[in-house]
Amino acid sequence: MKKFTLLDGLVVPLDRANVDTDAIIPKQFLKSIKRSGFGPNAFDEWRYLDHGEPGMDNSKRKINPDFVLNQPRYKGAQILLTRENFGCGSSREHAPWALEDFGFRVIIAPSYADIFFNNCFKNGLLPIRLDAAIVDALFKAEASAPGFHLQVDLEQQTITAPDGTVYPFEVEAFRKHCLLNGLDDIGLTMQHVDEIRAYEQRRKAEAPWLFV
Amino acid sequence: MNNQTLYDKLWNSHVVRTEADGTALLYIDRHLVHEVTSPQAFEGLRLAGRKPWRTSSMLAVADHNVPTTGRAQGIADPISKIQVETLDENCAELGITEFKMSDLRQGIVHVIGPEQGATLPGMTVVCGDSHTSTHGAFAALAFGIGTSEVEHVMATQCLLMKKTKAMQVLVEGKLGRGVTAKDLVLAVIGKIGTAGGTGYAIEFAGSAVRGLSMEGRMTVCNMAIEAGARAGMIAADDTTINYIKGRPFAPQGELWEKAAAYWRTLHSDAGAQFDRVVKLDAAEIKPQVTWGTSPEMVVAVDGRVPDPKNENDAVKRGSIEHSLAYMGLQANTPMTEIKIDKVFIGSCTNSRIEDLREAAEVARGKHIAANVKLAMVVPGSGLVKQQAEQEGLDKIFVAAGFEWREPGCSMCLAMNDDRLSPGERCASTSNRNFEGRQGQGGRTHLVSPAMAAAAAIAGHFVDVSK
Repeated sequence: MKKFTLLDGLVVPLDRANVDTDAIIPKQFLKSIKRSGFGPNAFDEWRYLDHGEPGMDNSKRKINPDFVLNQPRYKGAQILLTRENFGCGSSREHAPWALEDFGFRVIIAPSYADIFFNNCFKNGLLPIRLDAAIVDALFKAEASAPGFHLQVDLEQQTITAPDGTVYPFEVEAFRKHCLLNGLDDIGLTMQHVDEIRAYEQRRKAEAPWLFV
Repeated sequence: MNNQTLYDKLWNSHVVRTEADGTALLYIDRHLVHEVTSPQAFEGLRLAGRKPWRTSSMLAVADHNVPTTGRAQGIADPISKIQVETLDENCAELGITEFKMSDLRQGIVHVIGPEQGATLPGMTVVCGDSHTSTHGAFAALAFGIGTSEVEHVMATQCLLMKKTKAMQVLVEGKLGRGVTAKDLVLAVIGKIGTAGGTGYAIEFAGSAVRGLSMEGRMTVCNMAIEAGARAGMIAADDTTINYIKGRPFAPQGELWEKAAAYWRTLHSDAGAQFDRVVKLDAAEIKPQVTWGTSPEMVVAVDGRVPDPKNENDAVKRGSIEHSLAYMGLQANTPMTEIKIDKVFIGSCTNSRIEDLREAAEVARGKHIAANVKLAMVVPGSGLVKQQAEQEGLDKIFVAAGFEWREPGCSMCLAMNDDRLSPGERCASTSNRNFEGRQGQGGRTHLVSPAMAAAAAIAGHFVDVSK
């Protein structure tokens, strides 16, 4: 997994609550058996004016000029600023794959759906929760300052605004450790193989029907 | 200890070890697998030179991509075909039990697990699918996971996770005529919101929940994720145990007795404390219909489309306006005046035998309205389909103008050819009314099977409690 330590990135505002994973990456793109290449179809139904299907040449499709991600001023944005309950719905990890492939490294919102939140950390993507009032203030700050950047420091757990305001954020110690070091969860768990086997032996005696 | 919640009991019995920050390594008993979220996990395993830890814990089925007509011709879409074949190849190579498309036991993963007795009380059950919460109806700790976690479970039989808070949703009393498990859970979502359960595991309890069949309980737990909760669960009782008895994967003989005795302990203790308790009176729940693009945007069928003018919160008002524009609805329209184009009866929420019986009862001897272009019934599994045909339900549906299809996820998420065209309005027994969920530009109203059938007959929503 990609490490995440420090980022100074352009912010793009997606001013909607309850953005679901069907919107982040529509179902037709889930037919792929690969883990990469979803970026061009992130937010497909909002980004393009035609209906997208896998295998299309996306550079030839008609884009929706009204959709925020298509506006030239947000080209290269790495921080997605959005509203409550981002990533709700389907468990598809294709959603963080698409966001990461598009170029995002950080998401800032008041809240996230649990599965999506969890999936982000497996893919070097940092979802940050901030109070709704702070998120609201960031939306306003962004709207009044073109090229609005934020500095995200995972080690210090801070976001620094251009005016010097520092917003601290919470992150679970274990997730932080994995993200800072780009650690693979499976490798970490494999260090506890003996404990897993011991649990199985104990459990087999208690509940043998689970191992038939 | 006699003050544990059901969630405590399920959690504690599966902890292998705990990190200093509380992150636990949790053992997984049952891993259900489908074609969409597994190929990258199998590939990851292969690239790392790892093998599945315990293939006997796994049960695989293709459900999202499968066609619901013309099965004999195979899958026409070449990309879908590759995805299903990839699952077949992975399962064959690693010795994983799979119900292939031609198998009578094939169906939606959340229908076949319980149907086979592969979902048992006291288990941890995972699947790369958010509706895994369904299996919590069996007093199991069941939740959806992403593909990285699918690979993690394959490789280690465990998951790294932190315990969430516990919520109790208490529904006391008796559901009224025409009011079903679907209406109950939609009413819960309407009350707490789609993020109300975020960070919680929800236990549904109370006399109205105990009074539900296993099919009804599965419908309720299935939509826990639509309330934001990764896991929903219901205590085990005679209804649970009687449902499981004799199913192919269920324990037998002496083991059955031992298991059943343990299962009877799987309930929250009298002194158990929850982080949040939400109460509903069953008698007050009316048949529900969603009007917007989030499951929390729901009203009783005798209600009206809401007016954004009445919403003070700017973000919420914006969401309502956006949804009404997408749904092509005017504020204050009575729900019963909304005309529909299509009807979908199916999905992991409502495609079990009881759901089909409820819908057939409404459709019996009637015919779908002239404005309804397509009404389809998609059974949850080959075995549900067979059972329905033995009961003659297929004939009732076909005589009423419905199409009787082969099992799969179908138009719940429209990954196969079953989908809405832009602007089409559908009464659907599925679980998500998101923009584009049933096809780009499609408009979904979530309802119970009885309501979907009634809407098909009338051509618009009707109050099925009258």
